[in-house]
Amino acid sequence: MQTFVTLTMNGLADGAILAIAALGFVVVYKATGIINFAQGEFLLIGAYLIHQFRTVWGWPWSVAIVVAVIVAAVMGMVIERLILRPLIGENAIAVVMVTIGLSLALLAITLWVWGASPFPPPDFISKETVELLGTNVPINRFVAIGVAVAVFTGFSFFFRKTKQGLAMRAVADDQQAAMAQGINVHRVFALSWALAAASAVLGGMILSQVNNAVQLELSVTGIVVFPVVILGGLESIAGTAVGGVLIGLFNAYTGGYLNGRIEGFDGLQEVVPFVVLVLILLIKPHGLFGQARIERV
Amino acid sequence: MAAATGVYRTTYQADMTLRRTKAEYVRLALIVIALAGAPFYLSNSWLFVLNVAGISVIAAVGLNIVTGYTGLISLATGGFLAIGGYTTAIVTTRAGLPTPLAWVAATVLAAAVGAVFGLPAGRLKGIYLAITTLAAQYIIVYLVRSWKAVTGGLDSLLVTPPKVGGTLITQIPEKWFGLEGKSEHFAWYWVILFFATLAVLGTVNLFRTGLGRALIAIRDQDIAAEVIGVRVARYKVLAFAISAGMAGFAGALQASYRSIVTFERYTIDVSIVYVTMIIIGGLGSVSGSVYGALFITWLPEYIRHVGSGIRSGSAFGFITEQVVPIQNAAFALVLILFLLVEPRGMARLWQRAKDYFRLWPFRY
Repeated sequence: MQTFVTLTMNGLADGAILAIAALGFVVVYKATGIINFAQGEFLLIGAYLIHQFRTVWGWPWSVAIVVAVIVAAVMGMVIERLILRPLIGENAIAVVMVTIGLSLALLAITLWVWGASPFPPPDFISKETVELLGTNVPINRFVAIGVAVAVFTGFSFFFRKTKQGLAMRAVADDQQAAMAQGINVHRVFALSWALAAASAVLGGMILSQVNNAVQLELSVTGIVVFPVVILGGLESIAGTAVGGVLIGLFNAYTGGYLNGRIEGFDGLQEVVPFVVLVLILLIKPHGLFGQARIERV
Repeated sequence: MAAATGVYRTTYQADMTLRRTKAEYVRLALIVIALAGAPFYLSNSWLFVLNVAGISVIAAVGLNIVTGYTGLISLATGGFLAIGGYTTAIVTTRAGLPTPLAWVAATVLAAAVGAVFGLPAGRLKGIYLAITTLAAQYIIVYLVRSWKAVTGGLDSLLVTPPKVGGTLITQIPEKWFGLEGKSEHFAWYWVILFFATLAVLGTVNLFRTGLGRALIAIRDQDIAAEVIGVRVARYKVLAFAISAGMAGFAGALQASYRSIVTFERYTIDVSIVYVTMIIIGGLGSVSGSVYGALFITWLPEYIRHVGSGIRSGSAFGFITEQVVPIQNAAFALVLILFLLVEPRGMARLWQRAKDYFRLWPFRY
């Protein structure tokens, strides 16, 4: 039971981070149709920005988070303007590869600026544990879940109630119709990248807490986003939350219960998401909540 | 009776005189001379780089078949190289069988695995397929790392060097041709050159056959291809198999050449490097894959070379201290710049340069 509670909390916290990362990914995909391979590096940059502002420069945590979110949003817009916009209308391979190039460039910049050695995570989230159902659970697991809930609530409010949010949904639904209604599609593209980078700051912050280090390896999360979004459905915001939590829990249980039980196969949790991914693509390619497009040939 | 107007060509040979110009033959002669002379005037370290590039050419040309010509992005080249490399290591060292057998086994096995991961191509398109190959990459490398009983896990595996009639390949120049003091790279250069040339010529000619035309038809307009009788799903799987087979063979060759395999040489980064090669070279261009493979292999070595020549502490000392980030950044920058400026790659640049001089002093 204690193992189960620990694993569940770990899984939920990981799932929360995956959900935030997948959210940024899906926002970009819905608005622009671009598969963003750099989402993991956005998380990484977010974690390092907060490290820089809070740990190195000693700013108050609230200021550090707000400034990091703003810096990341501006970075997202600049990236969209300089790198993605010239490729509108190019073939899908070019667009996929440019986001891969972007991820490599961001990784190289991070390595250049901050070096390869890990830093301790920012200190404003308690390292204490609390007792839950007879086992000690670190507080940062709860913080991770809380941040994710807050981010999803904020995004859902934004998409339902604000003018820009409605514009984004209109563009996601039908780009040409949205254009005909006078919606500035380019601004929506820029905004979607800004949102992806900004939400990644919060994701990166809790990611570094849960991993207890600010280091380059954090960007691996960007790859696990793929199983999450395929499971949830590429077009679905709700799907990212469900997919994130499912993959998070699945990983935690595989890691906790199966590791070392099967002779010769350690670290199964690293590969299980990808096996799930292939199975979903074979059985139900549009995921749990995605739009089923019927295409023959 | 109407008089003949215009120029009529009635034979294939007459048609080909348009394409086979004297300049082509001169260029071919220059390339042959350069390739034949390269191992004699290059230093050992650069010959090694050239050999690595030659092996990359095989995998890059193979990847271009599936990505450039059939339009299916594959991010699993690293995985297929791993299958080739580990099969060679296991067959030669563990089973003690001759190297050619290992190379064949490596090619066949990689092609089979490629076909399996190409199967979803029957139902999926574009992005979904790219993600499937990403999963393939991770699953293969995971198996290599974890299946200790077969692959040795995180430890490296040794590969028994190939022999011809009891003579090690690396000793053939000395024993058979009396060339003294040549490094092992010298002998391997000819082996790699042979197979790389074979891969390039084979692929060029593949696209003159019905199979190759079918693949191009799928890339350009899959519905139309299906309508005129191309079995789209079957050909997509076939394209994956051919491409994976070539990557597997490149992996086998690489394993025998480096005489050691470790999983670190087959990570997702390697797959990305290969896609970058064919993008920088030119999607859907065999010569482009060659340019791309040469350039991408040369670039980091050149940066390292420059970095090692600069004293740390001088104005450019940061290059020495930051070689790895600079290599990574240069790679990313080259990729992004090519996509933004010339998405059709070096093959297209070369074409444009030729046109510029041919038409000079006119613009067009």
